[in-house]
Amino acid sequence: MAEMRIRGGVAEGVAHDSARKHVTGEAIYTDDIAEPPGTLHAYVLMSTQAHARLVSIDVSGVVAMPGVAAVITAADIPGRNDVGPIFPNEPVLAAGIVEYIGQPVLAVAATSIKAARAAAQRARIDYAPLPPVLAIEEALAAQSFVAPPHEMKRGDAGRALGRAPRRFKGSLRIGGQDHFYLEGQAALAIPQEDGDMLVHSSTQHPSEVQKMTARLLGLPIHAVTCEVRRMGGGFGGKETQPAIIAGIAAVLAWKAKRPVKLRLDRDDDMLMTGKRHDFLARYDVGHDDEGRILAMDLVLAARAGHTADLSSSIVDRALFHADNCYFIPDVRLIGYCCKTNTQSNTAFRGFGGPQGMLAIEHVIDCIARRVGKDPLEVRKLNYYGTTTRNVTPYHQAIEDNNLAELTAALEASSAYVARRREIEQWNGTGSVLKKGLAFTPLKFGISFTNTFLNQAGALIHVYSDGSVALNHGGTEMGQGLYIKIAQIVAEEFQIDVERVKITATTTAKVPNTSATAASSGTDLNGMAAQAAAREIKTRLIAFAARHFQVPTGAVRFAGNRVIAGETDVSFAELVGLAYKARVSLSSTGFYRTPLVHYDRATASGRPFLYFAYGVAVAEVIVDTLTGEYKVTRADLLHDVGRSINPAIDLGQIEGGFIQGMGWLTTEELWWDKQGALKTHAPSTYKIPVARDLPADFRVKIWERGENPAETIHRSKAVGEPPLMLANAVFFALKDAVCAASGGDAHLDAPATPERVLLAIMDAKASAQKLAASAE
Amino acid sequence: METTIEITLTVNGERLTRRVAARQHLVDFLRDELELTGSHAGCEHGVCGACTLRVDGEIVRGCLMLAVQADGARVDTIEGLSDSGEIVELQRAFVERNALQCGFCTPGMLIAAADLVARKPAATREEIREHLSGNFCRCTGYHAIVDAVETACRARAGRKK
Repeated sequence: MAEMRIRGGVAEGVAHDSARKHVTGEAIYTDDIAEPPGTLHAYVLMSTQAHARLVSIDVSGVVAMPGVAAVITAADIPGRNDVGPIFPNEPVLAAGIVEYIGQPVLAVAATSIKAARAAAQRARIDYAPLPPVLAIEEALAAQSFVAPPHEMKRGDAGRALGRAPRRFKGSLRIGGQDHFYLEGQAALAIPQEDGDMLVHSSTQHPSEVQKMTARLLGLPIHAVTCEVRRMGGGFGGKETQPAIIAGIAAVLAWKAKRPVKLRLDRDDDMLMTGKRHDFLARYDVGHDDEGRILAMDLVLAARAGHTADLSSSIVDRALFHADNCYFIPDVRLIGYCCKTNTQSNTAFRGFGGPQGMLAIEHVIDCIARRVGKDPLEVRKLNYYGTTTRNVTPYHQAIEDNNLAELTAALEASSAYVARRREIEQWNGTGSVLKKGLAFTPLKFGISFTNTFLNQAGALIHVYSDGSVALNHGGTEMGQGLYIKIAQIVAEEFQIDVERVKITATTTAKVPNTSATAASSGTDLNGMAAQAAAREIKTRLIAFAARHFQVPTGAVRFAGNRVIAGETDVSFAELVGLAYKARVSLSSTGFYRTPLVHYDRATASGRPFLYFAYGVAVAEVIVDTLTGEYKVTRADLLHDVGRSINPAIDLGQIEGGFIQGMGWLTTEELWWDKQGALKTHAPSTYKIPVARDLPADFRVKIWERGENPAETIHRSKAVGEPPLMLANAVFFALKDAVCAASGGDAHLDAPATPERVLLAIMDAKASAQKLAASAE
Repeated sequence: METTIEITLTVNGERLTRRVAARQHLVDFLRDELELTGSHAGCEHGVCGACTLRVDGEIVRGCLMLAVQADGARVDTIEGLSDSGEIVELQRAFVERNALQCGFCTPGMLIAAADLVARKPAATREEIREHLSGNFCRCTGYHAIVDAVETACRARAGRKK
């Protein structure tokens, strides 16, 4: 008898679990939760000074305003005013000093958001200004860091540089990026009995919101519950930042003894919360006449902002990716977390990886132009080997390198060589429109580099009718984690995925979770959920063997049924029987990633279980008179291992690429001389829209993908890596700029049209100067 | 106290009369007073399109229109368009092509797309992209959305023939 296949098992491209709710508007986000009676609305008053001593705060005028129920400053926080995730002393409300324009100083809860906002304006804050540090260079010069520098090295870069036949030095600016999650930061805090607090938070890290809220309220962690069903986007911006929002809401709720909602409006969100770090890269590189890189000394300096937040781990990850796909025989990498009087920068898809990768790709591109080769040739020349030339600057040997295969496949399918020739011809015609083409690879390390974070828990209940409830520590921000985990559980029990109820993430069900971050959501929670399902399945198999008097080996789960020797019952029937026989039908599951370790003292170890790989080709056309451009075609090929859900994974690749393209092209953060962020709304901060999509966009999952590491169903993490496929767009733009100026050119990121135009003008001017001095 | 004004409007086919604050935005009125939370507030100054609604047959930004301006108007939200079955093809295409991730932009995107499907079912991909460029999506990269809208357009054009 042919067995029925279950619906929604592993490897099936089933729709996102919330898809139907999204298209009907039924999906509930934090701001949509029905407010309990008496709910107050909060407004946060932010610092107007980049650096100043807080001489006094007078809130008497605020309290007197109509509708106001509670006002808090740092002095009102009953517990510790600190939400530092790694290092201590990161206040929620400014205490004694303000360190950036946008820093929360006080908060008001009132009967409406309008009343709260109006009342907050009555606060009298006396600032004694101090000199601010606003640029990375200033902080570097002052050796002002929020965390100690970190260095990785192999060999002797200094000596190898001295011996290299060719050598050059330079620097690259790499811009930051606002997350622009469509749903802004939001939290609803509801006081409970015994002084407990329930917090609905739009967060990627419920355990952190729980812990920080408890710390602010001076309560043990068990007194706070944090719950999140879904976010309207996260991208890293809801890893640590929600603790600030939820923390303020909770302290106000505690003081007012009423529920408090805090939802930031877009401008306040952009002014207050951290972003992707902008970096300054300085390099000293040695290479041979072929373009083979021999040695590199690289400094990566990040704008950390006013506190450490996650900056040290982010700069570490930048260093971990400053090799990208290339073997560098003698190398020294050093990372700095520069303290500036600006927003405290934080996690953002890629977590420093993209910045490190852009620096080395820039170096490789420069080498290619110096030796007069197509940059792709130089890239391939420098690729890591599979058994030799395969050790990273942090001494992890790469065992799963499939770059050669991926590169060959995309080079052929994108017709790279033929198009390179066509573009050279086009650019030789003298048109003011120049074309550019680039091929870039990526290798992204998977695992939290802070090893202890690589753990996850899950909780599964099977009810007496055979329906299943699934809970785990991962959060849903649109990436499709919930459906993927449900597919894994459906596969284990061999039941249709609709029989698995996906429930909201809550600290009350699975404790001590790590953030849904580092692309690890499915890897970690999928394994934990599988372990929980297998535990219950083992009990059911033992029961079925006893009940039907067959050996355990004769019990199988398939197609919504359980086959025990000659007997064949539905899954629900077996569960019903097991329940009556007093079999426990609930289990937790736990997973910790094996093999990973990293020793910061020696900067060596195996921080990553495996690597994700991808390759991209982009073509652009640039108007050399205005700097405006279009991405005319992009071809992406990305390795997701064996996909758990190809439809979801494809969405991650497409979306990651466009988000990365935004980072490197139109999205520009700009602060004025006082340290005020002036691009704090979509009117001035431009994320990609549909017309920016490449007209010809060809995206493929690597069909032969399989993860050699023992991951869940041999899949690979896919959340962050595709963002870096967009490096191809940046280097295609640089290629066009070089074509326009007839030689090498310098282009910083983001390559806004303005910057593209200036790069062309600068390159032309220096070419003329060179020609003049030669005469 | 702030000024309130009585308005009468038709929301998703239902006629109702309410007193609203003079300065309340239409999207806030729909969300807070009528519990129609499918319309989302994204940027609150008319750029991101998450609050896109249909008022008297035209697509508008719910954050740029005051509730009082909707006095006498016919307002359609995602909930109404969904219940009436008017956008069922678009909805199906969005689900099938995975043209959504976090879903926050989806209601606004669907209303903007429905306008194009109704007015110009023969739209080219270029025209679809242009038409949707007032609606931000931070997750999907738009490719799947353009595919889904194209599918719905072709289905509509096919039926018209």
